[in-house]
Amino acid sequence: MDEASIERGIVSLIKKAETELPEDVIVALKKAGQIEKGVAKTQIETILRNVDLAKQSQRPMCQDTGIQTFFVTVGSDFPYISRIKKWITNAVKKATKEVPLRPNTVDPLLDKNQGDNTGDYIPYITWDFVDGNQIEIIAFPKGGGSENMSKLGMLKPGVGIEGVKDFVVEEMIKAGGNPCPPTVVGVGIGGGADLSLKLGKKALLRPVGKRHKDKMIASMEKELIARINKSGIGPMGLGGKMTVLDVHVEKAHRHPASLPVGIAVQCWADRRATMIIHHDGSWTVK
Amino acid sequence: MEYHLTLPVVKEDIRKLKIGDIVYVTGGVFTARDEAHHKMLQKDKTLDFDPSEMALYHCGPLMKKEKGTWHVVSAGPTTSSRMEIFEDEFIKKFGVRMIIGKGGMGERTKKALQKYICVYTSYTGGAGALAADKVEEVNGVYWLEELGMPEAVWLFTVKDYGPLVVAMDSHGNSIYKQ
Repeated sequence: MDEASIERGIVSLIKKAETELPEDVIVALKKAGQIEKGVAKTQIETILRNVDLAKQSQRPMCQDTGIQTFFVTVGSDFPYISRIKKWITNAVKKATKEVPLRPNTVDPLLDKNQGDNTGDYIPYITWDFVDGNQIEIIAFPKGGGSENMSKLGMLKPGVGIEGVKDFVVEEMIKAGGNPCPPTVVGVGIGGGADLSLKLGKKALLRPVGKRHKDKMIASMEKELIARINKSGIGPMGLGGKMTVLDVHVEKAHRHPASLPVGIAVQCWADRRATMIIHHDGSWTVK
Repeated sequence: MEYHLTLPVVKEDIRKLKIGDIVYVTGGVFTARDEAHHKMLQKDKTLDFDPSEMALYHCGPLMKKEKGTWHVVSAGPTTSSRMEIFEDEFIKKFGVRMIIGKGGMGERTKKALQKYICVYTSYTGGAGALAADKVEEVNGVYWLEELGMPEAVWLFTVKDYGPLVVAMDSHGNSIYKQ
């Protein structure tokens, strides 16, 4: 097992996420460009030109290269589990210099930028364990402008699912042009305060355009997309038909007294890339 | 209408711009986010550059230093609404004529744009690679050590930077839904 090779692999994973937008997002943006006219169309065209240039020049598509966020699914028979966090942290430091990434970790008390995209709890890693002997790492660099539009609603169960939908639509209208629309919105319903937000963020990992397998949730997603896009906020808030590219909903069972709704917002730069590390240390980035 | 403006601009250039117009700008810009606004408003000492001759760019660029020289890697706009708490004072103090940002600003800025003849333009958020290619020269940086790369004030010369959409004009109009 070659640790240096794995760290290089994670650097290339980060680079891919920062420089190449996933195909599902590009398809959705192209569709949006066909729907829009005038200034709104200009925004989508500029986005698509930028996406092409970033890929071709291997540069981050957005200067906000985000908080380095990873979703790691660990096969419990993978032999080097205790090393994974170290690999990711080292790779983030290297990627900061090599890609490069903007130094984005600031101590909230001292206002001091750490300079290498690491710090307390960062890179932020979500762990999941499954059977098997390999590791899947999803890099999900998360920008600040869209993150600032996140919302938690501790609704009264009495408002029901209609109240949940109204809350999501109202909050996305309030967000206006701030999160760089057309956005992808992740909604977590139920669980507790933290779980609803976590589900909202995990929902963003689903490809754009893919509906939930539960028919009731899928129809709720379609309704939310239609209602938010009816607002007319449009690309960059300049007016238009496409405010969201997609809405993804996930649910958890709730406490009888609580109806938490967590909204996670992703800008059009819905950056994601996936890496597999096999049990022998060989790896692939896709 | 489409305009190609060269900075510095005069009041008359700004007055003719209306919401929905497209602008391409050439000349000097300086970046300033929350911390830089705060700092520039607090400092009594004189600046080495004249903000009134440049466009104020809400941007925290991604920069790279190679052989002692700074280069822009990616430099799209940041969310302007964070600067709402400073902007009317900032426009008044520094006499800036043009702001480049994204997402729009609030009532206080709208009033200041009208009172002091300034315009707020929107560049496509996230289009950082494309924006970086419009930067011809990096002319300097202030408070880099203290504020860090995103919050420092960077001075650029840009060429045909755009398309910028006039989103809030000097006549009290805003393209954004309230």
